[in-house]
Amino acid sequence: MADSQTIDYQPDYQGPIVSVEGLRNSFGDQVVHEGLDLDVRRGEILGVVGGSGTGKSVLMRSIIGLQTPDEGEIKVFGEPLLGKAEPETIEIRKRWGVLFQGGALFSTLTVAENVMVPIREFYPDMDRDFRREVAKYKVCLSGLPPDAAPKYPSELSGGMRKRAGIARALALDPELLFLDEPTAGLDPIGAAAFDNLTKELQQTLGLTVFLITHDLDTLHAICDRVAVLADQRVIAVGTIDELLALDHPWIQEYFNGPRGRMASAGKKSLG
Amino acid sequence: MAIPSDFVEDTAEDGAVTLYFSGDLSIASVGDLPERLREYGSNVERLDISDTGYIDTVGAWLIHRTARDMEAEIVGANDDAERLIAAVAGADQPAEIRPQALNPVIRVVSEVGEATAIAFSTMSGLVGFFGAIIVAFFRLVRHPGQIRWNAVIQRFDVVGVRALGIVGLMSFLIGLVIAQQGAVQLRQFGAEVFTVNLVGRLTLRELGVLMTAIMVAGRSGSAFAAQIGTMKLTEEIDAMRTIGVSPIEALVLPRFIAAVFMLPLLGFYASIVAIIGGGLLSWAQLDIPPATFFSRIREVVPLTDVYVGLVKAPVFGAIIAITGCYQGMQVKGNAEDVGQRTTAAVVQAIFLVIVLDAFFAVFFTWIGWN
Repeated sequence: MADSQTIDYQPDYQGPIVSVEGLRNSFGDQVVHEGLDLDVRRGEILGVVGGSGTGKSVLMRSIIGLQTPDEGEIKVFGEPLLGKAEPETIEIRKRWGVLFQGGALFSTLTVAENVMVPIREFYPDMDRDFRREVAKYKVCLSGLPPDAAPKYPSELSGGMRKRAGIARALALDPELLFLDEPTAGLDPIGAAAFDNLTKELQQTLGLTVFLITHDLDTLHAICDRVAVLADQRVIAVGTIDELLALDHPWIQEYFNGPRGRMASAGKKSLG
Repeated sequence: MAIPSDFVEDTAEDGAVTLYFSGDLSIASVGDLPERLREYGSNVERLDISDTGYIDTVGAWLIHRTARDMEAEIVGANDDAERLIAAVAGADQPAEIRPQALNPVIRVVSEVGEATAIAFSTMSGLVGFFGAIIVAFFRLVRHPGQIRWNAVIQRFDVVGVRALGIVGLMSFLIGLVIAQQGAVQLRQFGAEVFTVNLVGRLTLRELGVLMTAIMVAGRSGSAFAAQIGTMKLTEEIDAMRTIGVSPIEALVLPRFIAAVFMLPLLGFYASIVAIIGGGLLSWAQLDIPPATFFSRIREVVPLTDVYVGLVKAPVFGAIIAITGCYQGMQVKGNAEDVGQRTTAAVVQAIFLVIVLDAFFAVFFTWIGWN
């Protein structure tokens, strides 16, 4: 275990949960990120916004190791991840969960079996019956009815599939949760319910959430801070009020456009 | 590293048993605790977790479940633990991991029934689809200006011209093998010379067209199903209908026409290449010079054999196009369905081709073309 000592669980680590420095990503001639810096603080819900093609998903994929950047430094829980082989990062990867856009559930497994996959993979010694119990309560914890557990993904609605995706992302009790456009394709009621679930889970489980979204309502409703991606980097991070004080045309248009105003008004009338 | 969880029991003077937990209560630290706690009796009054460290929902669940099963009381929980235990207690509902398995007898019977129903509905669907193609075809015959020649020519290229290489190679090898095997067997009777009859008649009458049909079913029938199925998924076909373009006319007819026209050509070409292959082998193994071989072919192969092949080929082409396009049009829902439908298209096309080939064999013998 000497190797993994360096990336052990450190409950007293108080620095940024995710820290990205000088990130550069490119596909052929097209540069997606150039000198991108971003910190995600412990316990916050950080919303990541940006126009289409500004590389929000690429940023997430870089952090979780699905995309190798050209340059830069990525630290999660204070541990640098770039340049490390997969087995070395396993202790870190146990501590995050990812919800992909379409849910990315394994179609040949039931919802409960989907939740059991990461547990079996990372904790193969866990008692089988206990693992099944864990899968069951995780399914219910994600706001799914218990009868959804033995169903296959194809039998679920879009919103339920996202919840099942959350259940699988939470399988290992991660401290950090990545959500890629969780409310895309959901009706407003489903989207609001999902926002509530995210907030509730974040508060109960003490999660840090990295949330990519286009949904202005989500930003207003649950995000503690918002990072804006434009011009190949993060041009601003802060609360929505702080961002509004900035004089950047894209930010102004985004939050002060007709939709942005509507979402903001909706928040005020609720709160 | 997470501190492994453990517990010790302590019996108070009044006989009440308390389990004192220590270490972290997390997914990484519970270890064999679930089993040990399950095997532990149930005469426990209290679970004391005041001395535990980090707790997550797995640890909270373990405590909650143990308390529930032992009807014990949880004491010494800090704020975190209390919150998490309340959360998992709220999520404690009976659920299944897998759908209820049916009684095997009922399952087998119901699966057979379902498969039968699907087989019949597929057959009637294919017939209906064929009808729709015929209707569209005659509509186009009346309005020839609307035929999409570009699409038809493009399909000719994809289905026919681009298949020449693979069909040729396959037929050449089949010709070689027939001649070689024929020569070995016929030599036992001193009748090697009949290898020529074997190669000529077998390829022109049966194998040329049949093997070509199987190859085209795998190559183009699957492509038809996958292309049309994908267009169905991306709602292109719905968009076509909305604009007033008939998908049958725009997508299915060009493929149907291409398959019907190309299969006789490919089949005849395959037969010729197979005969060349057989001729080369006869030259090498039986010392029959090519000139003699081909003049023998002309003598022993009746012209009706060529007709038999050419009559069957367009029918096979039609079957391949109909199953491919029909299965493509049946795609619903997700990408997985495209794969299944593509497989179904190829399997059904090959099956129907072979069934019809058997009927043709009986029919041609009956009318005396043997």
